[in-house]
Amino acid sequence: MSFIFKTAAEMSVALQAKEISAVDLANEHFDRIAKVDDDVHAFLYLDKEGALEQAKSVDAKRAAGEKLSPLAGVPLALKDVMVQRGIPTTCGSKILENWRPPYDATVVTRLKEAGIVILGKTNMDEFAMGSSTENSAYGPTHNPWDLSRIPGGSGGGSSASLAAFEAPLAIGTDTGGSIRQPAAVTGTVGVKPTYGAVSRYGLVAFSSSLDQAGPCARTVLDTAMLHEVIAGHDPKDSSSIHAPVPAVVSAAKKLDVKGMKIGVVKELSGDGFQKGVSERFNEALEELVKAGAEIVEVSCPNFEYALAAYYLIAPSEASSNLARFDSMRYGLRVGDDGKRGAEEVMSLTRQAGFGKEVKRRIILGTYALSSGYYDAYYGSAQKVRTLIMRDYEAAFTKADVLVSPTAPTTAFKIGEKANDPVAMYLNDIATIPVNMAGIGGMSLPCGLASEDNLPVGFQIMAPAMQDDLMYQVGGTLEAALNSKWGAPLMSLAPALGGK
Amino acid sequence: MAAISREEVAHLARLARIEMSSDELDHLASEMDQILHAVDRIQEAASADVPPTSHPLPLKNVVRPDVVLPSLTFEEALSGAPDSDEQRFKVPQILGDAG
Amino acid sequence: MGRTADVTSSRAGRKIMALNYDDVLEKYEPTLGLEVHVELSTKTKMFCGCATEFGAEPNTQTCPVCLGLPGALPVVNEVAIESAIKIGLALNCSIAPFSRFARKNYFYPDMPKDFQISQYDEPICVNGYLDVEIDTDEGIKVFRVEIERVHMEEDTGKSLHVGGSTGRIHGADYSLLDYNRAGIPLMEVVTRMIPGTGKYAPQVARAYVTELRDILRSLGVSDVKMEQGSLRCDANVSLSPINSGKLGTRSETKNVNSLRSVERAIHGEMIRQGNLLENGERIIQETRHFLEESGETRPGRSKETAEDYRYFQEPDLVPVAPDASWIEEIRKTLPEKPSIHRKRLQVEWSVPDKEMAAMINSELLDTVEATVKLGADPTKARSWWLGEISRLANEKEVAPTELMNPHEVAEIISLIATGELTDKLARQVVEGVINGEGTPREVIEKRGLKVVSDDSALMAAIEAAIAAQPDTAERIRGGNIPAAGALIGAVMKATGGQADAARVRELLLKHLGQ
Repeated sequence: MSFIFKTAAEMSVALQAKEISAVDLANEHFDRIAKVDDDVHAFLYLDKEGALEQAKSVDAKRAAGEKLSPLAGVPLALKDVMVQRGIPTTCGSKILENWRPPYDATVVTRLKEAGIVILGKTNMDEFAMGSSTENSAYGPTHNPWDLSRIPGGSGGGSSASLAAFEAPLAIGTDTGGSIRQPAAVTGTVGVKPTYGAVSRYGLVAFSSSLDQAGPCARTVLDTAMLHEVIAGHDPKDSSSIHAPVPAVVSAAKKLDVKGMKIGVVKELSGDGFQKGVSERFNEALEELVKAGAEIVEVSCPNFEYALAAYYLIAPSEASSNLARFDSMRYGLRVGDDGKRGAEEVMSLTRQAGFGKEVKRRIILGTYALSSGYYDAYYGSAQKVRTLIMRDYEAAFTKADVLVSPTAPTTAFKIGEKANDPVAMYLNDIATIPVNMAGIGGMSLPCGLASEDNLPVGFQIMAPAMQDDLMYQVGGTLEAALNSKWGAPLMSLAPALGGK
Repeated sequence: MAAISREEVAHLARLARIEMSSDELDHLASEMDQILHAVDRIQEAASADVPPTSHPLPLKNVVRPDVVLPSLTFEEALSGAPDSDEQRFKVPQILGDAG
Repeated sequence: MGRTADVTSSRAGRKIMALNYDDVLEKYEPTLGLEVHVELSTKTKMFCGCATEFGAEPNTQTCPVCLGLPGALPVVNEVAIESAIKIGLALNCSIAPFSRFARKNYFYPDMPKDFQISQYDEPICVNGYLDVEIDTDEGIKVFRVEIERVHMEEDTGKSLHVGGSTGRIHGADYSLLDYNRAGIPLMEVVTRMIPGTGKYAPQVARAYVTELRDILRSLGVSDVKMEQGSLRCDANVSLSPINSGKLGTRSETKNVNSLRSVERAIHGEMIRQGNLLENGERIIQETRHFLEESGETRPGRSKETAEDYRYFQEPDLVPVAPDASWIEEIRKTLPEKPSIHRKRLQVEWSVPDKEMAAMINSELLDTVEATVKLGADPTKARSWWLGEISRLANEKEVAPTELMNPHEVAEIISLIATGELTDKLARQVVEGVINGEGTPREVIEKRGLKVVSDDSALMAAIEAAIAAQPDTAERIRGGNIPAAGALIGAVMKATGGQADAARVRELLLKHLGQ
């Protein structure tokens, strides 16, 4: 069997046992991409040269007996919102078409230092704004489970690349669910660590107080291994936490939840959620009970305001973060005919370079911050944030972790919700509270919905700075479900590549 | 809250330096309206005595020492510039004063 | 001043004559507001580790952070915070136990992020004051200028406007941006409204900026060179009818590049506004630019829409909460306030008020002090610097300190004190030093200027003079002491002025039995 169907942990073992070289492993993945990505469209850019150079270097070091990071030589897909030196970084936008950054994000530096082989940049909703990757200026990505459906968003490219076996590891970013919701609808694992656990230096900002980069993979253990590579304090990021990275890999291997209290959030327990989603979620709860955990019900009444608060805070910060795209120093410039003034060129550029959703959110954010409206909108939203944090605080006195279905539905059809922004925003209803409070959230697959045989995601939320709890519960649940199913869920994914 | 008018959207587009066609303004005004109605409800949640949270983390006093670190070369700095001249970013004429 | 009025008729149909400054003050009283931006002299920028050297090649001191590249993040410079606290303490402010950064959002090509990281409603220092002294008709008066806040922010890049007729922004074809300056730490010192200055408003403003500058210099936080832009002043002026109890509309004048310009700008604005008000016209709240040549202000380019800065807390930075004990440590290291320092020197040196003021106005106080520290007598040091050296400096249109330094002057004063030089000879030494002939001693050597005090040499000259004027010598022997002058003169002439005149007199009189 091709190595591409292995987990990252298995590939790591194989590489160390010299069953395969990093170069061959990279090429196997490039072959796979060549075979399926015309259909999936997960990638915006492939860096064959850089990837093979890195792979060669890892092989040489291994041959020389150097001590290497566990994931050295394992391929990875990088969401195109992360800055990578010399490689086109577009954030899914026309305004940054062909922009090659002169520096690396801290996450990228750490990946490179760990010997991880970055295959290329993955597709995303423009500037991370969206839940379906339909807002990419470069065309949508297609869900490997059903190519007519969305792979989630904003990090649809990363999740699809995993589900299509184009890479065993991926980096995503999550502001309101952009790692977790794609993971849910593609049957993969995605983690948004505690805010501040992973450096934001080099992560093109959407909403600074909510953004967080995180690890994505097909298994909980793989995700944990990647987590340990990228997390940790960065002096270049003032919001970076100083506490040491919790031992997430050992937590993922614990496979024990005896005595743990699992809190089901009443407000996220499935009212208005797709029936099949709730069914798989409840069955997963039963597995946790079988494994020795106790289910408790908790109520977080202010969660009903989370969506509204999010759709004020995030666009407000975004309207400011995206102001820098003014055509003066980098990126697209439109209308500079030698007669027009700078302001006009800025305005024409931004008209041409930003897509509809981005413009919508910039205008919304500008409004929410403008004088006369600040208190009613942005100011109120920040208060709701306090209330949500208090709800979590109270809930975590009753439970060790909280759980919910990750998303209200399985993957919808491409185009189905594209013209209804409010309907689209509802995809994030269960994931947003996590970002608002700055705590950690994980999504892992808990089955296929009976209506449509599409993946359902199970969300685990842990208190801030205790990301290891997510991996502990997630790892245990994954093992229990795999045992119940007889094989990992991904083995049910349709074959791709036409043949 | 009242619906947002096309004029208000035009004003916001100006503040945000995004040129918009007449159609775009109309369309956006109606979308904004929908969204604002959906988010209006937070005002019922946020009472006066709840303090706002702008940061999920209780961090403070994060500083760095006053020590020079390497800068980009000017080639790197200018590498993305749509236009440059004399080692500087070349931009269309600036008509107004700074804010 | 009094330029011809616009031909705008008043409501009564009469032409109103242009008011001069005094006319304006008969009817109106000014309210001032001053905002001073201070560029810190830290080694690195406010939010990144780029160097802050002045005059570097364009765009060689930039990085992703200060260029505002996508993904870059700011991290605060700890010395900038320390400097802000020093400034606040020196201005008698309270240091906020908790202060935050905010984004000021507006678009301008010299701002890499199209927002400036500044502080809004939680600045680091609040509620201070600065007392300034000005010379009024009734003598020295003290004005207390209340300071509302001191806050931290970042500087912008520099734009060069190319094309157009004068290289100024209007009519330019394009602009060139250098971001070396972008991100350099700026402290903004904002006064409360300053009422009650009356006709002294311009002087109060100048005195305030001067004192502020001196304090900042003594703290060592900035090189405060207005010509180089490390100290910038924006002046706000409004007029209201005397005793009306109402505030007028203010204008803000930027581009005020020197202390003298501060004074002139306010003076000019008061006249302009006074004349407008007299003509029944409204004052527009606007930004104006100061024009050096004429001393007038012209309107800035008005915007179509008023700018709404949409301030919100900077999410990429965390609050600054300086430790109370750290603040106390800093307080202990503060140097003596310049005004206290000056008073102390005045007492120590016994300098009358008017001369003290002259020394301060001529900006030679530090120089004189340095000279005194090298051993010179204070009165002599003052006299040389403000006298001969200043005179020569004015002739050459340079600053006195460009001609000589305290070491040289102290040396000359000490040579006079030991009698090796006379005042007259010393002037020649000064000339020689300024001409680049070397140190005072070297000049003395080269030009052979030393005082002749060797008695035998003097006696030889004296005897020669007596021989040449025997009648005069007789008169002196006869008790006519004043006649000695002629012989002394002759000796001085013969010795090229290098004889010690007092000693010559002594020896001469003794020789002639007097």
